[in-house]
Amino acid sequence: MSMKRKTNLSATLALLPTWLVAAVVFIGTMAWSINLSFTNSTIFPSSSYVGLAQYAKLFSSVKWLASLHNVLIFGVLYVGGCLLLGFLLAAALDRKIRFESAFRTIFLYPYAMSFVVTGLIWQWMLNPTLGIQASVRSLGWESFVLDWVVNRDVAIYALVLAGVWQGAGLVMVIALAGMRGIEAEQWKAARIDGIPVWRIYVSIILPQLGPALAAAGMLLAMGVIKTYDIVVAMTNGGPGNATEVPAKFIMDNLFGRQNLGLATAGATVLVLGVIMIVAPFRYAMHMRSKAKGAC
Amino acid sequence: MKKMMKLFLAGVAFAGFLTTAKAEDKPTIEMLSSWTSGGEAAALNVIKTEFEKRGGVWKDSSIAGFGAADAAFQNRVVAGDPPGAKQGVIGLAAADFVSQGLFNSIDDVAKAGMWADVLPKSILDLISYDGQAYLVPTGAHGESWVFYSKEAFEKAGIAEEPKTWDEFFAGLDKLKAAGLVPVAWGGQPWQQSKVFNMILLSQVGIDGFLKIYVDKDNSDASVEGVKKTLEILRKLHGYVDDGAAGRNWNDATAMLITAKAGVQFMGDWAKGEFTVAGKEAGKDYGCMIVPESPGMVYIADSFYFPKTGNAETDKAQKLLAEVVMDPAVQVEFSLKKGSVPARSDVDKSKLDACAQKGVELMSAGAIVPDQAIVLTPQQVGALDDFVDEYWNGGSDDAAATAENFFAIFE
Repeated sequence: MSMKRKTNLSATLALLPTWLVAAVVFIGTMAWSINLSFTNSTIFPSSSYVGLAQYAKLFSSVKWLASLHNVLIFGVLYVGGCLLLGFLLAAALDRKIRFESAFRTIFLYPYAMSFVVTGLIWQWMLNPTLGIQASVRSLGWESFVLDWVVNRDVAIYALVLAGVWQGAGLVMVIALAGMRGIEAEQWKAARIDGIPVWRIYVSIILPQLGPALAAAGMLLAMGVIKTYDIVVAMTNGGPGNATEVPAKFIMDNLFGRQNLGLATAGATVLVLGVIMIVAPFRYAMHMRSKAKGAC
Repeated sequence: MKKMMKLFLAGVAFAGFLTTAKAEDKPTIEMLSSWTSGGEAAALNVIKTEFEKRGGVWKDSSIAGFGAADAAFQNRVVAGDPPGAKQGVIGLAAADFVSQGLFNSIDDVAKAGMWADVLPKSILDLISYDGQAYLVPTGAHGESWVFYSKEAFEKAGIAEEPKTWDEFFAGLDKLKAAGLVPVAWGGQPWQQSKVFNMILLSQVGIDGFLKIYVDKDNSDASVEGVKKTLEILRKLHGYVDDGAAGRNWNDATAMLITAKAGVQFMGDWAKGEFTVAGKEAGKDYGCMIVPESPGMVYIADSFYFPKTGNAETDKAQKLLAEVVMDPAVQVEFSLKKGSVPARSDVDKSKLDACAQKGVELMSAGAIVPDQAIVLTPQQVGALDDFVDEYWNGGSDDAAATAENFFAIFE
């Protein structure tokens, strides 16, 4: 007993700096931001409190509401698209094809690029006067239209397209690693039973990849909340509010519009949103492990 | 060998001593600016060259994009590591910094240089806070210009500059019929707001414009003016090409330079791009004030001088202020940047045809301030949102939208 307390003490001491950093750097700055969201700070922090006025202003702002709407569409399609395409790519590579490592490199390569580069490339390709539309038209097909980045109805899907192009490789690598971990016996057994290949992937492989895909999905979802650079590079939030996202709204108000109060209110709403999504998950996992008696 | 080594070391020490002494002697300034386009960089280089000639050391920290440079500057100020100088517009954007005591006053340079006698009163007022000069103006820009490619106009058969909006739209139709892009539209919110303002000035006149932006007057006459402005803006939308969304102003200018497009609405800094491309005002391209406009919207560039707590930098700031206000530098800078010198006592003979027109309007007092001068950054942002939303297919009802315009002042 006393032995255990001793190790606990030294462990606590060893972790103390980490705890301090966590408390001051993470929680402290977060608290400070939340505090600022209740003030009417403009370019510099001020201490004149205005209650929930910034939040009222935030939620009466068309731009902010549009940004929430956009990030929701983008998030669902981006994460879903990456998972689907990544799984399909992994399944294709898993068929013991030739030049597998070359394909793996090609598919993973986009993930190595920054979102700014990805955004710019896709912006050029989808720009009607520079990219695909212009080159197809110059070949003679005059009525060809591919104007995604400048069309307010579909601009958000252009972002999804570029995002999936970049993120699918990551999912592919994780899923492929998972597939390689599945025993060959299962394949043999399924073959003997005469089950078609697609059915093996859907009913046998996919369920076993659950944890791997969940991890990949979580990684992508965290990127969604922070989505900023790809939007700036591709559309800069336009046309109109069609691709405005919360992170960009916050940055614009923080710097360009010198509106610290409104920006921190937006940031606080984002943090609350993340907590609201993550907390039930954590709770469910906690309860499950308790039920198993592992805790 | 040992002796050689000793000599060598002594030499190194001496050289080291010399270089440090040298660096300390020279006033060094770090210049944070967003002037990165061809014309802008050439203009900044005029100041840099003269500054170095007078013994200063120049460190360039250019960041492309006005907003990006502002964000970097704000970050560095808050972090306690501001650059020695920052380029920015004259107006309310600097007011917060001055009132927080973050900028150095350059009033003694202003007094010694008799700025009060050589600067127009409106500019002098805008660079001073509590009677002290804080900013040094590099030059003023007219923003109500319509640039046109003479080659494109010839192709379309447009003989002379349109005087009214009806003539203007007739011209655009001709350009369209000739297979050209009628309007090279810069599709960023700030550019759209500028077009909105130049049209507004043509609809409500100078007094009406000041009433709206300075007095925040929302009487029927003002609403009517905004409504007419929105109608013209909607009409212009039909003459814009597919790639306009998000386009940079200098990319739009390039469309005129290559005679792919007919006209561009932009401030006179666009002339810098023409100049860099070897085009001449009045010969290759023309400039006219927006049809039916009684004057022009203006904005002025300046340098800010943040407090760095370093005596050498303070010295360098004063030297920089002197250099910028030098009459020869003002003219040379304006030629490159496309602006009009802030000083009124300079040799105007070298200025091009467009700048001459601008100087005339300015000395006649036919000018109104840009939104960045009279509005806070938040209000400027609200104006950008307002125009952008309408331009990109918001409500078609100009009358109802015009009523909403006045919400930007809240």
